[in-house]
Amino acid sequence: MNNQIQNNGVERLTSMEKVQAGLAQRYAKERRFRRLGLAAVMTGLLFIALLLGSIVSNGYSAFWQTEVQLEVQLEQADIDPEVSRDPEVLSVADYGGLVKRSLRNTFPEVKGRRDKRKLYEMVSSGAAFQLQDMVMANPDLIGSTVKLWVPADDDIDMLVKGHIDRSKPESERRVKDQQLEWLDELTSQGRIRSAFNTIFFTAGDSREPELAGIWGAAVGSMFTLLVTLCLSFPIGVAAAVYLEEFAPVNRWTDLIEVNINNLAAVPSIVFGLLGLAVFINFFGLPRSAPVVGGLVLTLMTLPTIIIASRAALKSVPPSIREAALGLGASRMQMVFHHVLPLAMPGMLTGTIIGMAQALGESAPLLMIGMVAFIVDIPGSITDPSTVMPVQIYLWADSPERAFVERTSAAIMLLLGFLVSMNALAVILRKKFERRW
Amino acid sequence: MDTIIESSSVGLIKPGVIEPIKVEVQNTISRDDRTTVGEAFVDDPRMTLRNVNVFYGAEQAIMDVSLDIGKRQVVAMIGPSGCGKSTFLRCINRMNDTIDGCRVTGDIKLDGEDIYHPDLDVVSLRSRIGMVFQKPNPFPKSIYDNVAYGPRIHGIATNKTDMDEIVVTSLTKAGLWNEVKDRLDQPGTGLSGGQQQRLCIARAIAVNPEIVLMDEPCSALDPIATAKIEELIDELREQYTIAIVTHSMQQAARVSQRTAYFHLGDLIEIGDTDQIFTNPRHPLTEDYITGRFG
Amino acid sequence: MSPTTLILTLAALSLFGFWLGRQRSIVVARGKLKDLHSLPVYYGYYTALWCGIPAFLIWCLWLALETVIIPDLVVAALPSKLRDVSPDHLTLIVNDIKNLVTGNIVSSNVDPAIQVAADHYQHLLNISHMALAVVVLTLAIAGAVLAWKSIKLTRRARNAVEGTVKVFLVASSTIAIFTTVGIVLSVLFESMRFFDSVPITNFIFGLDWSPQMAIREDQVGSSGAFGAVPLFAGTLLISFIAMLVAVPVGLMSAIYLSEYAGPKLRAMAKPILEILAGIPTVVYGFFAALTVAPFIRNSGGLLGLDVSSESALAAGLVMGIMIIPFVSSLSDDVINAVPQSMRDGSYGLGATKSETIRLVIIPAALPGIVGGVLLAISRAIGETMIVVMAAGLSANLTANPLQAVTTVTVQIVTLLVGDQEFDSPKTLAAFALGLMLFITTLVLNVIALHVVRKYREQYE
Repeated sequence: MNNQIQNNGVERLTSMEKVQAGLAQRYAKERRFRRLGLAAVMTGLLFIALLLGSIVSNGYSAFWQTEVQLEVQLEQADIDPEVSRDPEVLSVADYGGLVKRSLRNTFPEVKGRRDKRKLYEMVSSGAAFQLQDMVMANPDLIGSTVKLWVPADDDIDMLVKGHIDRSKPESERRVKDQQLEWLDELTSQGRIRSAFNTIFFTAGDSREPELAGIWGAAVGSMFTLLVTLCLSFPIGVAAAVYLEEFAPVNRWTDLIEVNINNLAAVPSIVFGLLGLAVFINFFGLPRSAPVVGGLVLTLMTLPTIIIASRAALKSVPPSIREAALGLGASRMQMVFHHVLPLAMPGMLTGTIIGMAQALGESAPLLMIGMVAFIVDIPGSITDPSTVMPVQIYLWADSPERAFVERTSAAIMLLLGFLVSMNALAVILRKKFERRW
Repeated sequence: MDTIIESSSVGLIKPGVIEPIKVEVQNTISRDDRTTVGEAFVDDPRMTLRNVNVFYGAEQAIMDVSLDIGKRQVVAMIGPSGCGKSTFLRCINRMNDTIDGCRVTGDIKLDGEDIYHPDLDVVSLRSRIGMVFQKPNPFPKSIYDNVAYGPRIHGIATNKTDMDEIVVTSLTKAGLWNEVKDRLDQPGTGLSGGQQQRLCIARAIAVNPEIVLMDEPCSALDPIATAKIEELIDELREQYTIAIVTHSMQQAARVSQRTAYFHLGDLIEIGDTDQIFTNPRHPLTEDYITGRFG
Repeated sequence: MSPTTLILTLAALSLFGFWLGRQRSIVVARGKLKDLHSLPVYYGYYTALWCGIPAFLIWCLWLALETVIIPDLVVAALPSKLRDVSPDHLTLIVNDIKNLVTGNIVSSNVDPAIQVAADHYQHLLNISHMALAVVVLTLAIAGAVLAWKSIKLTRRARNAVEGTVKVFLVASSTIAIFTTVGIVLSVLFESMRFFDSVPITNFIFGLDWSPQMAIREDQVGSSGAFGAVPLFAGTLLISFIAMLVAVPVGLMSAIYLSEYAGPKLRAMAKPILEILAGIPTVVYGFFAALTVAPFIRNSGGLLGLDVSSESALAAGLVMGIMIIPFVSSLSDDVINAVPQSMRDGSYGLGATKSETIRLVIIPAALPGIVGGVLLAISRAIGETMIVVMAAGLSANLTANPLQAVTTVTVQIVTLLVGDQEFDSPKTLAAFALGLMLFITTLVLNVIALHVVRKYREQYE
C-alpha cells in the first residue's frame, strides 16, 4: 500500500510536468485555430462587402440621368399643315427632324454631314418620342416654341457622371472632342442638368441605355410570382397537410418524402428543361409568358413550401389535436379549424421565402424563352415578358458602359425587393412565434 | 458497510469545537435555519472550499457553502433535485466556465492553490481533477482512442508503448479490461451503458488525476451496472480522492465516507456518512433521509 | 364569352350554389338544425362543389384540347401549296397564323392565304368558346340543381365535402412524384432521340465538343462533335475551385460562430452571412464577370501569367462565395446536433477548445458535414447563371484554372436559348446534358440526404 502511494506520487509529478510542458504549445495552437475561424468569418463578411460595394458603387448613379434642354419650334407646317388636329396626322409628323433642327439652331456653326450627325448623337433618340407625346397630349402647343428637357445620349450621360475619362486621347473614348466642346457650351448655358431617372422606373427594355427601364421586367416578375403564389401556396399547404395529418406511414408516402427532399436539391435549370419539354412543347402554352414561368417556378418552390409547412404543422402540439377530436370534431374539422390556423404563420413564412427564391431565379426562365427582348409592358399572364433577374442577365451582356450602371441599379432594386420579402418573413415569424 | 465504518473512524478526526454544539442543538434547530451543521472541515484536506457562491445570471444557485475534501476519501453530495449539488461539483474543476452567464465567487483551493486565480491554467487544472458525467458520454471513437484521448492531448505518453500501457492500466483499474481487451478498436459507443460509464471512468483516470468528480454516474444505469460502478468507486478510493453527486441515499451510504446534504443551494449538513444516515442533526436532513420529500 | 369571363361566371355561380344549398338545408330541417346530418354550411359547400367542379374540369380539358384540335383543323383547311412543306415550316406558318389572330407582329407581309387561315382560326376559336360557355354553364346549373334536389335530412354532406377535400389533398401531395416523373420523361425522351443520331459512347467518352451542325452540306468547320468530356471536366474543375473556397471558409465560420463567437458577434454575423444565400445567382454572375474576372486577369498579368478573361478561377471563386452560407448553415446544424455531453467529456479531461473541436466535435459531426458537402457539390454542379455569365463557351479540356472552360449548364443554356429546332441533334444534345446533370445531382442528393438523415437519427 505504502509502496504504491510512493509510485503514484512520482508518476503524478512527472505527468503533471508533462502537461505543464506542453501547455504553451497547445495554447499557441488554440490561438491559431481561433484566429483561423475569425478569419473565415471575416472572409465571408468581406465578400459581402465587396459584392454589395461593387454593385452599389457601379449602380447608384443610374438613379440620375443627364438631361439636355432643347428649344423646339413647333411649326404648324411641319407637324399639321392642314390644321386637322387629327391624331393620325400628329403621330406621323417628323419629330426627329424638329429635334435635329433645334440642335442645329443651337450650334449654327456646325456644318458637314458627319459633324451634324455627331451633334444629333448628343441627345437620345427618345427625345423625338417625348416631343411627340407632348404634342399629342396638347395640340395647342403647335405653332409655339417649347423648351423641354430630354435625356442626353448614354455616352454623354456617362461622361457627365465621370465614367468616361476626358483626358484620354480622342481615339480611345466614345465622346469626341467636338462633342466635348458642345457639351461645355451647353453646360455654360445651363442647359445640362442631372434629374431623377424616371424612365428607369417606368419604361420597358430598350436598346438605348438611356431609354431602358426596369418596369417591364418588374411587371413580368409580378405576373410570374402571382401565378406561382396562386398555385404553389394552396398546393404546398395541401400537400403538407396531407403528409403530416392524414397520410398513412407506408412506402408510397416514403416515396413522396424522398421525392420532395430530392426535388429541393435538383438544379433549377432542370426544371427549365421540364417546362420547355412539357408546358411548351407538349401542352403548347405560349413561349415567354409569365404563366409558363409561374408554372415552372411553382414546381421549383413547392418543395420549399411543403418542407416549411410540414415543420409548422409539426410544431403544433398534439394536445390541440386531441382536444379537438375529443370534442367530436372530424379529422378534417380538427385540421382546418385548429391546426391550420396555428400553423399558418409558419406556412406563410415558408411561402414568402419560397417566393423570394422564385423572384431571384433566372436559369429555368431562360429555357422557356423569357429571355426575349421585350419593349412593351406586359398586360396579362399570357403576354410575352421577361423578369427582373433575366433583365439583369440581358443588360449584363450588353457592351455599353451605361448598361453596367443600369444593371447594377436593377440589382439594387431586386435586392431591395428580396430584403423586404425576407424581412417580412422574419417579422411574421417573430410576431406569431409561439412557444408551447 | 465495513469499509465505511473503518475509514470514518480512521480518516476523520472530528474537531472538538463542534462536538458539544451538536448534542444541544440537535432537537432545537428550526427548519428555516440554513447554517451548516456538522463537521465541514477536516485535517490535512486535499481541497478547501470557502464561502462559495454560484450565480446563473441574477439567480443564485449556491449560497455561501464551505467544506473540505479530505485525501483518499469519497465525499458524497446528496439532496433533492435542483438543490445545486451538481452545480457545486462543477465548480471544483471549473466546468462552470463553459456555461454562459455562470459566475462563481469564493475561495476554492487545491493543495493550497487557488483554482480560480487568473494565473491558474484551467487545462492543467482539469488534468488534475477529472470528471465523470451523469450520462455515459464516450466519444464516437474506438475504445482505445477514448482512453488515449486525455494522455494524447496532454502529451503524457510520448510513444506507442507508453500509451498502450496507460490504456491497459486505466481499463484494468476501471474493471473493464477483461471485457474489452479483444475489441479495443471498436467504437466505444457500441458498449452497454454500464460499460460505457466504466469506459468514461477509465478515460478520466488515464490522465492520472488527483481528484475524480462524479456527477450522478449511475443515474442512467441498471442496478447490476450500478453495483459494479459502486464497487469500482470503492477500489479507486485507494488512489484518488473522489467527490460524488448522487440522488440515491443508499448509494451515498454504500460508497462514501463523508456525506454533505444540500437543500436549495444551501449546504445544510455535512459529516460522517454513518452519522448522517443514522443520526441526522438538522430536521431538513432528517426529513430527506426519512423520505418525507426528495 | 372568353374563357376568363367564363371561369369568373362559374365562380359566381358556385357562390350562389353555396347560398342555395345552405338555405335549402335550413328549409328542409324546418328550423330544427339538429335533425340535419351535417351543419348547413356543409350543404352549401356540397352544392357549390357539384356546381363548380365538373364544370371546371370540363373547362380545363376543353382549353387543353382546343390548342391541339383547332390548329389541326386550320392546317387541314390550308391550301395544299402551304400544307405540303416540311413540318418545321408548317409550325412556322401555324405560328404566323396564331400571331395574326392575337394581333402580334408577324414575320413577313401577310400572305392572303394565311390571312384567310387566320380568319378561319378566329372563327373556329369563337365557335369553340361559345360551345364551351354553353357546355360549362349547363353543367354548372345541372350540378347545382341535382345537388339542391338531393338535400335531405339524412344526406351526409359533410362526409362528401371532406371526401372531396381529401382528394385535393392527396392530389397535391403527389405533385412531387409527377414532377420527378415529368423531369425524367422529358429529358429521357429527347435524350433517346439524341442518342439515335449520336452514339451514347461518343457522347460520354468523346473528347471533342463543337455542337455546330452544318446547315449546308459543304459548310466548313462544323462537323458537329458531341463529346461531352470537356464539359464534364470543366464542370468538375469549377466545382472543385468552388469547394476549395466554400468548404474551409464555410466550415470554419460555422465552427467559429457556434463555438467561439460571443452572442453579439453571432447575432450580427450569422444573418449577414445568410444574406449571401439570398442573393440571386444572376447577381453573383454579374459580380464575377464585372469585378472578379478582370481583377484576376489583371493580377495574373502583373505576375506575368496569361489569364483568360473568362477564367475558370473567377467563376469557381464566385461560385464558392455563393456556396459559403450553404456549407456554413449545414455545418452549423450538424455541429449543434453534437450533444453537449461530448464537449463536457472533452473539457472535463482538460482539452482546450480547439482540441475538443478538432478531435471530438468534427469527428462526431463528420458524416453530417460530408453529407452537407455533397449537397454543396451537387449545387455547384447544377449552378447555371454564374457560369453562363463568367465562364466561357470554349470547350477546353484542361486542368488549368486560369484558362476558360465551359460547363454542362452553360452548354444547355447556349443550345436552348434562341431559335430551336426540335429535331436537330444540337437542340437535343441539351436534353442529353440535362439527363447527365439530373442523374449526377440525383445520386449526390440521395446519398447526401441519406447520410445526413442517418447522422441525425444517431443523436436523436
